[in-house]
Amino acid sequence: MSVLLRPEPIAITRPDTPAPKPILQMRGVCKGYGSGVTRTEVVNNINLNIREGEFLAVVGFSGSGKTTFTQLVAGLIKPDRGTITMEGEPVTAPSPDRGLVFQNYSLLPWLTVRGNIALSVNSVFKDWSAEERRDHVERFIDMVGLSHAAHRRPHELSGGMRQRTSLARTLAMKPKMLLLDEPLSALDALTRSQLGDEILKIWEEERQTCLMITNDVDEAILMADRIVPLNPGPSASLGPAFTVGIDRPRNTTELNDSEHFKSLRNAVTNYLVAVRQKARNTEQAATKHLKFRLPDIKPEDLTRKGRAIYNRPPR
Amino acid sequence: MNWRGNLLRFCEVAGLPIFEPFVRLAAGEDKKEQFVGIAKFVLLPIVAIALFLGFWAAAANTVVTDSAKLPSPKATWDAGAQLIAMHFDQKEADRLAKQEKLGEAVQYMAEAKAYERAAAKTTGAKQESLTAKSVSLKKRAVAAVNFEASSAPTFIDQIWTSVGTVFFGFLLATVVAVPLGVLCGMSPWFNAALTPFIQIFKPVSPLAWLPLAFIVIMWYYAGYAAGETFFNKAFLISATTVCLCSLWPTLVNTTLGVASVDKDFINVADVLRLSWTQRLFKIILPASLPLMFAGMRISLGVGWMVLIAADMLAQNPGLGKFVWDEFQNGSELTYARIAFSVIVIGMIGLVLDRIMIFFRNLVSFGNPAPA
Repeated sequence: MSVLLRPEPIAITRPDTPAPKPILQMRGVCKGYGSGVTRTEVVNNINLNIREGEFLAVVGFSGSGKTTFTQLVAGLIKPDRGTITMEGEPVTAPSPDRGLVFQNYSLLPWLTVRGNIALSVNSVFKDWSAEERRDHVERFIDMVGLSHAAHRRPHELSGGMRQRTSLARTLAMKPKMLLLDEPLSALDALTRSQLGDEILKIWEEERQTCLMITNDVDEAILMADRIVPLNPGPSASLGPAFTVGIDRPRNTTELNDSEHFKSLRNAVTNYLVAVRQKARNTEQAATKHLKFRLPDIKPEDLTRKGRAIYNRPPR
Repeated sequence: MNWRGNLLRFCEVAGLPIFEPFVRLAAGEDKKEQFVGIAKFVLLPIVAIALFLGFWAAAANTVVTDSAKLPSPKATWDAGAQLIAMHFDQKEADRLAKQEKLGEAVQYMAEAKAYERAAAKTTGAKQESLTAKSVSLKKRAVAAVNFEASSAPTFIDQIWTSVGTVFFGFLLATVVAVPLGVLCGMSPWFNAALTPFIQIFKPVSPLAWLPLAFIVIMWYYAGYAAGETFFNKAFLISATTVCLCSLWPTLVNTTLGVASVDKDFINVADVLRLSWTQRLFKIILPASLPLMFAGMRISLGVGWMVLIAADMLAQNPGLGKFVWDEFQNGSELTYARIAFSVIVIGMIGLVLDRIMIFFRNLVSFGNPAPA
């Protein structure tokens, strides 16, 4: 991939420490569906190092293969080519070490908040005593602020509360690495920023390695240490990483006025838009010979005159 | 949660919207809205039923043949009341007969005791004959205590027999269909193997099954006299027929429910590395319960329909046999009684359906089906 738009050089305010060793490595990972002529490559030649203790955000448009990417990292699907290793061990199956927070919560509707969290605790920490497990569950219910709703079932919760439950369920497994698959995209704007702040707060306490997949550049800059753009698919690959050199704890209001934040946002956004434009141009060039001359037709107004439509609320 | 919330939730889960306006009215909610609800769910059905009864009465005056006429609603009601009264009269008579026998038993026992005491005082042949008398009296006492009135089953007895038969058949069907459905849903290979059977046997009428069920039961019970076996033959034939017909909806729906468990739930199970049994009992079965119960609801409905026909043919003492016997007897009350049993059969079917809706809604969280 040729360089389309390089971000302006950004001063890194973080003290220069030797880069921690990668906890998860992806080498030349490819995944596609179908076979023969109907085959589509969803992700192509993905190379990525996730360092221990860092918060990495992968940003991409919808439909650019984000979900496939997450499922690959989680081990829910196997790559066609390439390798994924975690701490030197190849990733072949899902594991509680890589805790996945699902985009649409995936809470079990027949279990309460407590039951959902307890299911994961009970299946991951089989050798703990019943009391230890119970305390552990309660601690994580408390952490996401759902003590008052622990006995409720998912259908009695708001979207934000469901995502908190899902987050608590994953955190309670004590994963070595947290995978957030568009954790906020199904929420309304207000809940989204609030829950984003909370995820960040919890992360700052635990300092777990965290990989977040998102379509929101602002969210990525606010939360992540590094941002990797996912070039729009088909056959998506990863773009160059952008380092977010903003000190923690970060504050949304302050960030909005920061020049650094603005330039970084512009750089990431411009990069993504430019890559998409290039992909479209290539696609158009490939289908150029199919161009038709459109017929010269104008739509005609078929509404009957004198019949007004009132926008009355239905009774 | 307060009483109102609980009652409203019960109405929703039990599929009884008819009571909802009353609960809300009692709680002092907006009156006008509740009266609209009452008009819709109570008054309108009453008007519709009244209209139907009017048509029925008119038809009863028109449909008249030489030997019989269509019973009017009044005649049907009277016949029903008479059937129920007959049941209680019969039970009362049985109770009296039983009491009389018990009295006899006490008397026999007292006499036997007297003979025993007399025997204790004597020796030799006399003692033996006295003891023999005492023993024979004791035997008669035991026979009297065990006396069961052998009157013909009344209408209400037959209702219970029918309900028992349908539940037994339905239970058999569930025990067979649910595990098979789970296997079909989990293994496409197993499903492919079973699909031809499902497709071919599903549309078969109960009347075609019945002779085959008859042969199998007869073979199994060959050499036993009536009353020696745990189950009555006719009962078992009816129940088997019900089972064979009501198997399919449960089987098909369970397969569908298990095969269409949300992919996300399977992902959760994968991430948690659940074992096969944990996955089955903690994820797949709970997730497929709503569809399973929807299938069982259809099964029970089919079973109840099939049962009436099976009872008629197998001569199992149930509602079907009652209808058939009445038709054969041809008394003055025949058609009124049959009309009454038609209504009773319908109402029992309704109750069975409600029960299954209740169970289905109980296991489908946040997504209760409209009744």
